[in-house]
This record gives sequence, C-alpha cells and structure tokens, in this order.
Amino acid sequence: MFHRLPRAAAGVALVFALAGCSSSATPAPTTAPTTAAMSGSVVMIPKQINNPYFDVAFKGAQSAATALGGTLTQVGPSAADATQQIPFIQTATTQGAKAIIVSADDANAIAPALKAAMAAGIKVVGYDSSPAVGAYNVFVNQADTAGIGKGLADMACDEAPSCTGEIAVLSAAQTATNQNAWIAAMQDTLKGSKYAGLVWDGVYYGNDDPTISTQQTQAMLAAHPNLKVIVAPTTVGIVAAAQVVTSQNLIGKVFVTGLGTPMGMQAFVKSGVSPEFALWNVTDLGYLAYAVAVDLVTGQIKGNPGDTFTVPSLNGGQPYTIGADSVVVLGPPFVFNTSNIDQYVASFGF
Amino acid sequence: MTEDPRPAGGPDAPPPSAEASVAAGDNSGGAMNRLLGSLSGAARLEVFLVVILAVLIWWGAQLSRFFLTGPNFGFSTQAVMEISIMALAMTPIIITGEIDLSVESMVGLSSCVLGWLWASGVPLQAAIPIVLLVGVAGGLFNGIIVTRWGLPSLVVTLATYALFRGLGHVVLGSTVVSNFPAGFTNFGFGYVPGTFVPWTLLVFLVLALVAVAIVHRTWIGRQVFAVGKNKEAARYSGVRVAALKTALFAVSGLVAAFAGIILTSRTSTASPDNGLNMTLAVVTIVVLGGVDINGGKGTVPGVILAVFILATLKSALTQAGISTDYQNVAIGLLLIVSVITPLLARQGRDLVSRGRLGRKRPARDPAPGEVVR
Repeated sequence: MFHRLPRAAAGVALVFALAGCSSSATPAPTTAPTTAAMSGSVVMIPKQINNPYFDVAFKGAQSAATALGGTLTQVGPSAADATQQIPFIQTATTQGAKAIIVSADDANAIAPALKAAMAAGIKVVGYDSSPAVGAYNVFVNQADTAGIGKGLADMACDEAPSCTGEIAVLSAAQTATNQNAWIAAMQDTLKGSKYAGLVWDGVYYGNDDPTISTQQTQAMLAAHPNLKVIVAPTTVGIVAAAQVVTSQNLIGKVFVTGLGTPMGMQAFVKSGVSPEFALWNVTDLGYLAYAVAVDLVTGQIKGNPGDTFTVPSLNGGQPYTIGADSVVVLGPPFVFNTSNIDQYVASFGF
Repeated sequence: MTEDPRPAGGPDAPPPSAEASVAAGDNSGGAMNRLLGSLSGAARLEVFLVVILAVLIWWGAQLSRFFLTGPNFGFSTQAVMEISIMALAMTPIIITGEIDLSVESMVGLSSCVLGWLWASGVPLQAAIPIVLLVGVAGGLFNGIIVTRWGLPSLVVTLATYALFRGLGHVVLGSTVVSNFPAGFTNFGFGYVPGTFVPWTLLVFLVLALVAVAIVHRTWIGRQVFAVGKNKEAARYSGVRVAALKTALFAVSGLVAAFAGIILTSRTSTASPDNGLNMTLAVVTIVVLGGVDINGGKGTVPGVILAVFILATLKSALTQAGISTDYQNVAIGLLLIVSVITPLLARQGRDLVSRGRLGRKRPARDPAPGEVVR
C-alpha cells in the first residue's frame, strides 16, 4: 500500500500544477492612481466563469485596476448556479478582500453570504444581475431595466412582419434577477396597443448553457410552429437560438433578437437571422463596477441614493448619480443592425 | 521460510494454498502475511483515507493561510452537508447492489413543495412534515417498482430522476419562493452561537452515528451486507429482500427530502432547480468512501471520511482561487486514485505472498475445502 502513496501525491501535485496555470488572476500593477489611493484585493465573481460576456467585463475591470490601483482577481462557478457562488463569496470574506464585485445567479440565495461580507467591512458591488436589495452597497445596472424591456419589445415588433405574430422568450437561468426583470418590463410594454398583434408564447430557460439553450430553442420551435420571433435576452441564448434557426433552414421565417455581443452575432445579422439586437458596452460595465468599488473602499461615496461621482474615462466625464435602491445605470443600450455591426465589432472588440 | 520440495504445477501437485499458508504461518514471512491480512479490506482503506485527509489538510494549509481557520471550516463543511446526509442513506442502498439516482430530483421536488406550501400560507411546522412524507412516498415509489417488477434500480431511479424534477416544476411553476422567515434560514446558514460549527454539521454527525450503528451493529445492517453479497442466498436464509430494499429506498427518499429542506433553508430559495447535479456528488462520496459499487462491501466510517476529504479538497482549491471546472478535475483524479489504490494493493499483496512461497502459482479456482486467502 505504501508504495502507492507517491501516486496519490503525484495526483495531488498534478492538481497543484493545474492550480498554478488555471487561475485566471492577473494582479494589476499598482501605478499612480488617478483618484484616491486604492490598495488591497478586489474579487470579481461573475455568474459563471466560462462565459465570454463576463470575460469582456473582466477585461474592463482589469483596465480600471491598472488605472485606479488595487489587485483584481476573478473566480466563480463553472455553471450558473448560486449555491456554487456562495463558497467563493465566503472565501473572499475570510481572505480579507476589500471589495467583492458580483453578478448574482440568484438574488436571494447569495444574500446571506453577501450580508456577512458587508458585516465584515467588505464593500459589495453588484453588476449585471442584482443581488437582493440590502445585500449590496451599490448595484451597477448596465442599462435602465424598463428601457431594456421596452427595447426588447420594440425589436420584437420590428422583426415580426407588421408587428404581428407569435413571439417567445429564450432566457437564462430561471432565477436570474436581470433576465427576469427585463422580461417583466417587456411584458409590461407589450400591454400597449401598438403591440396588440403580438402573441406571447411563453418563456423557456436555457440556463446560459449552449446545449440546454439549443434544446430549449428546438423545443420552442416544435411546440409553436407559427413562431415568428425568438427574443433571447442572454448572450449565450441568442447565439444558440440563431444557430438553431439557421440549421433548421428557417431564415426569413423565424427571426431572432435580444441581447448579444457584436462579434458573436455578426454573421447572423448579415445572414438575416437577426436583423436587430442590442447590448451595451460590456467593457465599460466592468470598468464602472471596479471604479465604484474603489470609490466605496476609499470612502469617496457611501452608496446612498443621491451620491454622485465621476469616472474620468466614462460617460464623457459627466458625473453618475446613484438612484433608488443604490442603483447606478451605466448608460443607454446600443442597437446593432446591418448598418453598424461591422463598425461596432471593430470598436468594441467583442 | 519454508521451501516446498515438491514440483510446481502438474497433475499431482497438491493444492498449494492451504498447506502453504499453514506452513508459512510460523516464521517471518507468515507475520508479513498476517499483517497484510489484518490490514485487509475496509480497515486498510480507512487508514488510506485518513492519510489522504491529512495530506489534503497539510496541502491546504500550504496554499493559503486562511485555510486552517474557524470560518473556513464552518462554511466549507456547511456547503457539503446536504450531499453528505444523502450519502449516508445512499450507502446501504449501494451495498445491497442497487442505486438511487433520483435523490437530487427529490431535493428539488421537496424544495418546491415546501415553497408552494409556504407561499399558500401553511406554517412551517405543518409544511415540513408534509414535505418529509412526500420524500417517503417518492422513495416507496422507487422501492416498490424495483422490487415488485424486478426492474434495475438504475433504470427506475433514472426515470424518477426526471419525474420528480418535472413534478417540482409542475408544483411551483416558474415562480421562486424566497420569503422564508429568518429563523428557518438560520438553520441552514447559521452556526451554533459562539462557534464555527454549522447547525447542519451537528445534524450530519447525529445521522452519521445512527447510520454507523444501524449498518454495522444491527441485524438490519447484516441483512444489507448479506443481500449485497448474494441476494439469493440471503433470501433462502430468510431475509425479506424486497421489504428491506423498499425500506432503504423509502429512507433515501426521506433523507433527500430532508436535504431539500436544508438546502432551501441555506439558500432561502425554493426553486425547481434546487439540487441540480447533486446525485453525482453523492455517489462520488460513497465510492470515495470505499463502498463497492457492485455491492456487498463498504463501511459508513469510510463514507464519513470521504465527506471530510471532499469538503477539504474543495475548500483548499477555493481558497487557492480555483474555479469549479478544475475542482472537478481534482475530484475526479482523487476518486480514481482512491478506487485504484486498494485494487493495486490487493494485487501487490498477492504478488508478495506468491513470492514468499517460492514458486509461481497458476491462477485457478480453489479446490473444495481449500482455504483461499
């Protein structure tokens, strides 16, 4: 038995070696900050770790870390599962992070862990998907929720011939705060008379997983043969839906819209599957989240409604104002279509 | 060492092992055999598991100075308590040669029933017993179909794995219930006041003691092992195999429902997606604990050690900032190592004992009356 121990040790050492090359952390060099001096570690916890959308936000946060100071790392679960986010929040708490930036897989499930972090003096900044109210200091919303909901409804109306036909939604996880808020806002908008011709075929959940999103789209198309528009307010889901429409030769019969990255959707815009979709500058979202974390840690802002602050490279230098429920909005979303898609792919880089 | 002068092999070669082991019993080669014999089976595996646990604790302490702290112990154990108590109930099922894949879906279903009852205004004192009854009912459903129609439990519980989760979606719809009272959520997320011991760890330890007592000290446990080693022989000895298996599935369902309540409490959310991916973690712990997946062998203390090994490994990797993909790689490697090692050790022991006798022994079936070591 004892001569087998080296194998166990080798296995353990292999994992240790993997640990060395797997960590996605690149500590940012602390150069002279442009605002108050910031030091200490900031931990970014996205909904899931292998999602290109969150990688882009992380890059934005990294440039903010270079400009403003502090050490940034990103950790998270491999699936969009709130119970897997909890250990990372708790670990950041015990490791004495100065701030946690988190996108919630479930607003309530992670709230106790975040409140424990706040009680330990750690600043909590939500981004992309909000934790429960009271479990964060500031939530950085990428765009105004009502605005996104209206935008989704308008794009569905544009793509359905004469704003008439069946529409269905392919969402992310069932508990995702942001998608649920946008869908609710969208349904609110759809009550208007302009949208009377649109028929609501329900919501399908793709869990931000490409395979599940594909299966759910196929199920949706099978259950609703007259479906005209698929609205996918998730960058993973919209690509899956567009691929299914393309592979089932439904271009021109079924349209896809929602929230997607310019690079991911460029081909589908050109092929006519998705004439229109929207997003915001995800890099800026990450940058703003980190800047807010820095301002909270250094005491520049308290996170109360009415607080204002500026971030030099964002918003044209104009100040941001924190609104009700300590929410600050990044800015208006962009709508991408054939006329501007190439230009945005070039300028956004994602 | 005793050298046997008779020729090896051949039609008139005597049955080697009985006399050889007796002959070898009174010298140093025999002492080695005795030592290896007494370290056989489960006892040796548990020593091996303790060694792994010690190595992991040491390694975690090297990775991060926050590893050996109270808070880290607290939340690292808390995170695995649901799958751990389900592993306790899964152990006798696997020892009898069956399996219950539906446990994670029962977690989801029980969470949904609890949420639906709570949202309908039923007080928790009434809702929780109802949820536990749902768990028993689900387990009985599994058990009766497996025993009455003789279907493989793998197939039946695969079906209920889908069925129970689907029922959860039907019960709760697409809503999510989150407004549980603080007293309830404090059970799943809180600690014993003044310490870093989670309440759910206390629950697990109590259940673990009960499981050790039942599986290793009572006639129920003996019947479980008998059925696992040879179902027909057990039946002819008077064991009521069908009743035993059905009872084990019912207990598994009950425990899964209880785990669902704990998970709902810890996340303060009742959702049909609760418990996703837990079945594999439960089976991993049971197999890591040395329970033979084919049935007949295993110990509950081994499973308890496996619980702490898994919690330690995940904690060490999380402290090192490693995402769950790579954590799964580590868990998989650990599982392979822990399954292969006893196998290789047994082969190594056979090689050693063959070498002591000074001749090659062709592999063959034992003769009647021969003692096989």
